[in-house]
Formats: sequence, structure tokens, C-alpha cells
Amino acid sequence: VESAAGGVDRVFGLSLASAGVTVLLIMGTVGLFLFVRGSSALADAGLRFLTRQGWDPDAHNFGIATVISGTLMIAAVAVALAVPLATGVALYISEYAPPTLRRLLINMVDLMAAVPGVVYGLWGFYLLNPLIIPVARWISSTFGWLPLLGVADSHPGDPLETPTIYESSTFVAGIVVALVIMPTICSVMRESFSQAPAGEREGAYALGATRLGMIRSVVLPFGRGGMIGGTMLGLGRAMGETIAVVMIITPVFRIQPEILRSGTNSVAALIALRFEAASPFELSALMAAGLTLFALTLMVNFGASAIIVRSRSGQLSEA
Amino acid sequence: MTAIPPSMAARRQVTHDAEVRRMTSPRGRIDVIIGAAIAGSSVATLLVTRAIPTVNVGGFAVLAYLLFLLFYAGVVLVLEQDGRTVSDRLASVAAHSVAVLALLALLFVVGFTFWRGREALGHLNFFSSDMQLAGPLDPLSVGGILHAAVGTVIELTIALLITVPLGLTCAAYLNESRGRLARFVRTVVEAMTALPAILGGLFILALFILTFGLVKSGLAAGLAISVMMLPIIIRAADVVIRLVPGSLREASLALGAPRWRTVWHVVLPSARSGLTTAVLLGSARGLGETTPVLITAGFGSGVNFNVTSGPMVSLPLITYVFSRSPEPTMIARGFGAGAALLAMVLVLFALTRGIGGRPAGELSAHAQAKRVRDSQRDLARFAERNRSRRMVGSSHGA
Repeated sequence: VESAAGGVDRVFGLSLASAGVTVLLIMGTVGLFLFVRGSSALADAGLRFLTRQGWDPDAHNFGIATVISGTLMIAAVAVALAVPLATGVALYISEYAPPTLRRLLINMVDLMAAVPGVVYGLWGFYLLNPLIIPVARWISSTFGWLPLLGVADSHPGDPLETPTIYESSTFVAGIVVALVIMPTICSVMRESFSQAPAGEREGAYALGATRLGMIRSVVLPFGRGGMIGGTMLGLGRAMGETIAVVMIITPVFRIQPEILRSGTNSVAALIALRFEAASPFELSALMAAGLTLFALTLMVNFGASAIIVRSRSGQLSEA
Repeated sequence: MTAIPPSMAARRQVTHDAEVRRMTSPRGRIDVIIGAAIAGSSVATLLVTRAIPTVNVGGFAVLAYLLFLLFYAGVVLVLEQDGRTVSDRLASVAAHSVAVLALLALLFVVGFTFWRGREALGHLNFFSSDMQLAGPLDPLSVGGILHAAVGTVIELTIALLITVPLGLTCAAYLNESRGRLARFVRTVVEAMTALPAILGGLFILALFILTFGLVKSGLAAGLAISVMMLPIIIRAADVVIRLVPGSLREASLALGAPRWRTVWHVVLPSARSGLTTAVLLGSARGLGETTPVLITAGFGSGVNFNVTSGPMVSLPLITYVFSRSPEPTMIARGFGAGAALLAMVLVLFALTRGIGGRPAGELSAHAQAKRVRDSQRDLARFAERNRSRRMVGSSHGA
């Protein structure tokens, strides 16, 4: 009887392991196939694939300088807006909210994460895009002397000027992507804030700290790993967000450093907009662009999960 | 462990004769908050109507809020005579307002979609017909999103058929095996949870359509959604299974059950509620993804039940395509499809919270009652058996 059970168990263990290996294989083939399909374009363009701004693969003049910089700028705007918001919400949930409200708020944040990107895109394009014009005009006329925030040939005082110069910009796309990534960042932060040990919290209060003093001296230092990890996780998601960005931006093919000006681009948006009418060679170029995005997000995500895991294990040993 | 600044210990010089008990709650007096809010909005109104009339509603709100903070800080400073209390109260107000802001954003996104979708949702044919007979210029009383709803359900079913067995087995593997391979698989899965969905679509395009020569179809779209959903389900299931108490597993093994019986009859059932949550959460994400379907499913206007050929659109895809049309009726249809999609996600989400969200081993009232009934039946059975044994025993004795 014992050997039979051992035999069944061995088969069982092997089948479990084969599921794990299958998952690993699927994930590995994603990168492999993007590389195989993109290699002809990569071989054609060489290193200039990274430095050219235009996108005309059939004339063998193409590169990802525009889309990569656009991706990074949209992600940067999104992270810059989402991180303070997520920190505030996470702190509110873990430190300020009454217990009955806490449950509801956690559910609401989770619901925000489940709302489809296309719905955020609808909201961003039809509601936010027109509303943002006066805000963007005010920012560019007040802080235009700062790098990135100016809009070079605009005339804010001229009532005849077309306001569409402020629409469909990196800024608008960044706001919408910020809403998409906020719940991801927030739940990682909330988890790490709530793990701050009760003993240290009470110690801070006993020494006369206010709630803010306790947060600054106990909760934030304990949650630092979660904050950094959550931010990186949000950065990874922001770089990959596709449909909301596609719906909002006006695609351009030169590097656009003015974040308030209409026209920007991203790798994911490029793929979504071009794959349909693409020739086989352009498809290969799109695969190569996808491979770059794959490598970029994977790096960020690996970093994020390493930081989150390390912060968790450190807390466990200290608690 | 971070040291607490010594300044904090030595602070708060008490100058009164009798020490007044410190108010530790950061929640200030409500009358002060209301007063500051009234003062802030009044001064903002004054400024906007008299001094800077170019400001619009948004500018007014921001101005009023900043003035409110200013007045509140001032009054607290006068009342408490302590800078630290002021910053504490201000931080509390800021945290409250940020939470309200986030909630408002969610309500605006959901409310706006349903509000703009109300025209299309009001027509019954919107749910019962497809777009084959409806052109862009036709009114909303012709055509609907039936084909997209059917496509969504079929593609999600394909994705679930693949991801649920594979994902749950993989999650069980991650928890049963403590080897180096399992750790590596877990790391890769964690990194893949944030894999851009469009790359899943691109991968299926590269593998099945360009390499194997298959056509764009519902099956390809289902596979693309699976690639995206798989890591999400594994990760969520892994976390849930990890929470199953080790004592349950050890008790089962100690009773002589082999490992597969332990996993099948003890570990998975005690994590059932959490596993359901994991699957529903993955479904909600898979349901809403546009880009894998955009790349692999093609675009058609009729109901299509054939998964291996012909285009099969989904609700998010149709929302995206319709909303890019210049025709107002098509945009209204896009919002209607978006609202229908959002409603499906909301239902799935409500199910998640209704069924799941319970830690392993903790039961719902219904399941608790069933356990009680079961064990009462066992008790009766044992009593019955003991009685009959005693009778057999006594007959032997006689």
C-alpha cells in the first residue's frame, strides 16, 4: 500500500511541476517569439533602431527614440501624479479611516483596479481632454519658464488662438494613466504601512508624538520598501498601458519635450495603431519595438518585486 | 528599526500649573473645520467675483480649498498655540481630502460612462441585435452589441478553460514544492503580472497567426487573454494557498493521507473562497482588456459562434472602435458598450466580495450550518454503530 501511495504521489508531484514548467515556458516564449519575429528589423536597423525618431519601416528609416521617450514621459507624469495620491489614500486607509469605512475604501480601491482601461480612456478623451485646456494654458503661461512645461509658440493672451494645442498631450495621457496605476501602487503601500509594528507605534505615542509624528517616525520608515516597490510596479504598468493612451493622444513621430503640447507617442500605442496596416517588414519592426517594451517592463517589475519581497522579509525578522 | 527623534521626547514644555490632558486624536474640532470651510469659500467667492474674474469653477475650487487650509491652520494655531498640532491637523485634513478625491475620481469615471451610455442602454435592441444591418448613420433604434457580448463570453470562457486548471495547478506547485525551480517560477510569475497586455496579443499574433498560419479568430483572442490572465490568477491563488494553516496540512499527512489527497481534499477546499476570488478577479481583468483582442480577433459586425474562423469582437474592443467614430450615434453606442462592460465588471466584482474575501478555514454562515449538520449526522452514525456493536458484543457475551 505504501509504495503505491508513494508512486501516486511521485506522479502527482511531477504533474504539479510540469504545470510550473509549462507556465515558465509560456512566459519564456513570449520574449523568444518577439525576438525571433523582430530580428529581421533589428538586423536591418542595427543600433540606429534606438536613436532614430521617425517611423517609416518600408523606407528602412525607423527607430524607437520617439516612442520610448514618449512612453517614459507619460509614465513619469503618471507616476508623479499617482504616487502622492496613492500615498495619501494608503495612509488614510491604514492610519486615519474608522474601521467600518476602511473595508469600504479597500474595496473601492480594488474596484478602481478592475475598471477596464477602455473606460478610463472614454473618460479621459470625452470629459478630461476639453476640461484640461484652461489648466494647461494656466500652467504653461505661469510656469512656462521651467523646462518641459512651456509651450513654445503659443500665445495664452490671444483669444483667437486655437485651444486644441493643449489637448491630447503627454499631460492628459499622464493624468489618465495615473488613475489606472493609482490602485496598484496604493494597495502595495497600504499593505506595507499596515505592517508597521504596533509596539513602535505605541512607543512613538508614549514619547509624545502626534499622529503625524508617529507616521513620519514609524509608519513611513517601515513602509519605505513598499513605497518604492509599489511605485516601481506602478511605473511598469504605466509603461505598458495601451488603450487609454491610444484613445487620448495625437500620435507624432518626433521627440516632444513639451508635455502640455498636443501630440505624443508611446511604444504600446504605436503597436496598437500600426499593426493592422503593417507590411511584413513593418510588423517585424513592431515586434522589435514590443521586445524593447518587454525588456523595459520586465526589468522594472523584477526590481519592484525584489524590493517588495526584501522589505516584507525584513519586517518579518524584525517584528 | 528607526530611532524616534529625541526632540519628540523632550517636547511640549508644560507651563500651566495643572497639566491639561493632551488631545491625541488628529481629528480636530468639527466647528473649527466647518467655520474654516465657510470662511475659505466666502473669501474665494469674494476674490473670484471682485478681483480675479477670469478663474473658472475648477480654479475656484482649488482657491477655496487652499484658503480653507490657511484659515484652519490659523485658527488651530490660535487655539492650541503649538506648531506641531497645526501640522498634525493639516496632515489629517490632507489625508481625508486625498481619499475623498480618489473616491470622487472613481465615481466620476463610473458615473460619466453610465450617464453618456444612457441613450444607447435605453433601447432594448441594443442588447438583442448585432451591427450587421446598422450603418454609422442609423439611429440607435437599429443595431446593438449582441455580437460583442457573445464574443466576450466565448473568449473569456476559452481563457478560463486554460487558465483555471493551469493556474491553480501551478499555484499548488508553488506551495507544495519548496525547491529552487518553484522559487524561480514564482519570481517570473510576479514579474509577468505587470506584462503589458498588448505584448500578449503580439505574442499570439507572432506564434499562431504568423508562424502556424492560423487566422484571426475568437480562439486566438482567447489565447491572448489567457497569456495575460495566467500570471494574475497564479499570483492571487498562490497568496491564498499560502495562507492555509500548516497544521491542517500536517494533520492530514499525519492521518496517513498521501500528498495528492492532502492537496485535493484539504488544502484546496480550505482555500476555496480565496481561490474563487482569485479566479473572479482574473476574469474581471481579462474581461476588460482591449488590446489582446484588438490584435488577434479581427473586427466584424455579426454574431459569430465559430471560434476558429471569422472575426469575433468583444465589448472593450467595440467600445474602443465605436468611440473613435466621428458619428454621434456611434459614439453613443460606444458609451453604451462601455457601460455594459462596466456593469459586467461591477457584477463580477460584487460576486468576488460576496463569495470570497474570507481567509482560509473561515466559513460563511451557510457553510457553517452545513458543517454543523454534517457533524451531527456523523455523531448519529457513530452512536448508531456503537449501539449495534454493543448489541453484537452482548449477544456474543450471552
